[in-house]
Amino acid sequence: MGGGVGWPGVGVGQCPCEMGSWGPVSLHDQTQSRAAPTHGPCGRACMKSGPSVVLPAALGPSAVVVVVVAAAVAALDRASLLSSSVPGMVLKAFFPTCCASADSGLLVGRWVPEQSSAVVLAVVHFPFIPIQVKELLAQVHQASRVGLAVLGTWCHRRQEAEESLGHFLEGLGAIFSHEPWLQLCRERGSKLWSCKATRRQVPPHPGAPYEDQVMLVFYDQRKVLLSQLHPPADLPDRQAADATASAGGLAAVFDTVARSEALFRSDRFDEGPVRLSHWQSEGVEASILAELAKRASGPVCVLLACLLSLISAASACRVFTLWPLSFVWSKLSVCEQLRHRLEQLTLVFSTQKAENPTQLMRKANVLVSVLLDVALGLALLSWLHGKDRIGQLAEALVPVADHVAEELQHLLQWLMGAPAGLKMNRALDQVLGRFFLYHLHLWISYIHLMSPFIERILWHVGLSACLGLTVALSVLSDIIALLTFHIYCFYVYGARLYCLKICGLSSLWRLFRGKKWNVLRQRVDSCSYDLDQLFIGTLLFTILVFLLPTTALYYLVFTLLRLLVVAVQGLTHLLVDLINSLPLYSLGLRLCRPYRLAAGVKFRVLEHEAGRPLRLLMQINPLPYGRVVHTYRLPGCGCHPTHSWGSLCRKLFFGELIYPWRQRGDKQD
Amino acid sequence: MEDEPSFSDICGGRLALQRRDYSPSCREFCLSCPRLSLRSLTAVTCTVWLAAYGLFTLCENSMILSAAIFITLLGLLGYLHFVKIDQETLLIIDSLGIQMTSSYASGKECTTFIEMGKVKDVVINEAVYMQKVIYYLCILLKDPVEPNGISQVVPVFQSAKPRLDCLIEVYRSCQEILAHQKTTSPSP
Repeated sequence: MGGGVGWPGVGVGQCPCEMGSWGPVSLHDQTQSRAAPTHGPCGRACMKSGPSVVLPAALGPSAVVVVVVAAAVAALDRASLLSSSVPGMVLKAFFPTCCASADSGLLVGRWVPEQSSAVVLAVVHFPFIPIQVKELLAQVHQASRVGLAVLGTWCHRRQEAEESLGHFLEGLGAIFSHEPWLQLCRERGSKLWSCKATRRQVPPHPGAPYEDQVMLVFYDQRKVLLSQLHPPADLPDRQAADATASAGGLAAVFDTVARSEALFRSDRFDEGPVRLSHWQSEGVEASILAELAKRASGPVCVLLACLLSLISAASACRVFTLWPLSFVWSKLSVCEQLRHRLEQLTLVFSTQKAENPTQLMRKANVLVSVLLDVALGLALLSWLHGKDRIGQLAEALVPVADHVAEELQHLLQWLMGAPAGLKMNRALDQVLGRFFLYHLHLWISYIHLMSPFIERILWHVGLSACLGLTVALSVLSDIIALLTFHIYCFYVYGARLYCLKICGLSSLWRLFRGKKWNVLRQRVDSCSYDLDQLFIGTLLFTILVFLLPTTALYYLVFTLLRLLVVAVQGLTHLLVDLINSLPLYSLGLRLCRPYRLAAGVKFRVLEHEAGRPLRLLMQINPLPYGRVVHTYRLPGCGCHPTHSWGSLCRKLFFGELIYPWRQRGDKQD
Repeated sequence: MEDEPSFSDICGGRLALQRRDYSPSCREFCLSCPRLSLRSLTAVTCTVWLAAYGLFTLCENSMILSAAIFITLLGLLGYLHFVKIDQETLLIIDSLGIQMTSSYASGKECTTFIEMGKVKDVVINEAVYMQKVIYYLCILLKDPVEPNGISQVVPVFQSAKPRLDCLIEVYRSCQEILAHQKTTSPSP
């Protein structure tokens, strides 16, 4: 050996043209490249790494310089030195699995004194100049506000144990002072690890440096970097000073790795002054498609945002807010859905950058659900417009409506006789039946009047499917509402009559008991009635009681019909709401990249040998699907049922009207 | 290092407690329930199929038989994947946390990890369960707002439900590690 001292790993890979060969390089090559660096196969790169050879080869003469340099930059590490934990606590070293096969070097990372844990982020390889390492750390600190430091040394013994390397690594502790100083070592076999943590500053027994108990925790750097802990800890702003340990123990680890992205930007093909080993050191991960999309998204967003603002300005025009139109808008679910769609698109194409991961996820969810919706809508459109299906549909629609009307006619005729053997009040029964029959007749003639235009209307309505399946479904729900308008009318008439009778009966029942409703005080007061008042009241009460079954029967039948229609409409709304609110992007992420959404971590104890530090493998615990949906559910368009079952039954009994849609007035309450 | 004394659960079924000491600061307790026995599986399947055959002779619709087969298969899969827990593990690591893992019969694992910073204590509690009073081990979590309060009680070995003698052994080991943790951790 040239200098008489063996520096394994020093010469290995110092010249970029040797990058491919990480295995043991022959001694001859090493001495050659060290003696005449300019004669290497690529002169420029070797010249660059030339000065860095100084440190290992001439530690003796230049030690003074190095120490001075170290003293000058040591101020950086002061802050972390001051806060050291109570000795005796188990020291946790979080070590990335990707560095387990790296060559010997320095451990760079962050020391979290509150948890007494050291988060190793990367391994700095030989050869390096201490001041350059410190400069790099200072740069990363500036960019990410994470107090990085050299935590210790990393020794990977590939060949026979070299005594000299151990001494050299110990010597490094003097240059980069850190408390505690970690000495991580991996023997030839993959299972033998040793780790020492020494403290020089506060030895409990003066003299010998104190050693801590160490626990090694391996983590997958890429997964930890990309994952997002749930529930998100309220981290301080990135601009705030580097007091980030307020988050819990493991959240601090996640936070540290996520913030020091600046450290991972260089791979080993870069010609930086310091060579690092981390998860991206074999090549920075990037995708051409993602880059292109990023570049293109800016102008596209601006363009679409302008278009959307035009549309929303047009929709806010005064003509649309006049009385009859605004009433119609509030009743049609299409308008509600279109408004919701406009809001969604505005959110997706807003030019503001998402501030936090939650907002970003929400944007992505909205985008995916809109895309899926439009894709389904287009599929529906192509199905409808192929093979003249619209014509068939239109032809089938009128007979169906006719058939429904006919069935209703039969029903009314059945009610006008003796339905289910009940004996009704004949006169009232006939009056009501004739009235409803006439109404039905009006409706049938209306349908027949419409029948020539139905195909064209359906064709145009079918076009709305290109805005999305949800819009098409809303249109369907509206069409059902329009086509069953007669049922609605019957229901309203029946309910009004029934309600009148119930109200009359209740007030006459009060009269019967000698009481009355006091409107001013909102309570029932006792009252002394005259004899003729009581007589008339009792007479009316009797009449109403005997007429009630006839009205109640009509009311019951038409309410059941109405409930059927409401149930169909409710199902459509439910489907629309499902498509609107399902967080598809998050679910896809959970399915394909489970580590992206983390509920926490889990540990696995690796094979253990007595006398060696405990080794744990930290894995990401993915969020359960139920919690994914719960956390990232998008707000729907507000078509929720307004009634509970109890209130619905109460309303039905007292004959109050029920509506499937939500009144806009209710929303503000 | 590894011993496997057998205990019984509250209904008298056999449980095996496996204890592994990885290091003074890391211990693992593994409670294994008996596997799904062939006898009960056969009994349930036969009952369902006989009932289906009885229905078939009554209404003579072969859909019933195929439905019975599907119901049995889906029920077995669902039972193995969502209900039957074979093994419950408690891993306690000093100054890091407590991890509970339940392994289902289908191989699915469900893990919860509680950081040591949130753990207030591990205690044995009593509860009224159906018609009897049972003991269970539980982890008390600290309330983040009020330092002395308890925000949540997390029961351990929820499906195995071991008896008190088994719980006491686990409890003692946990307390050893927690006591070590308390003496060394920086006082707030």
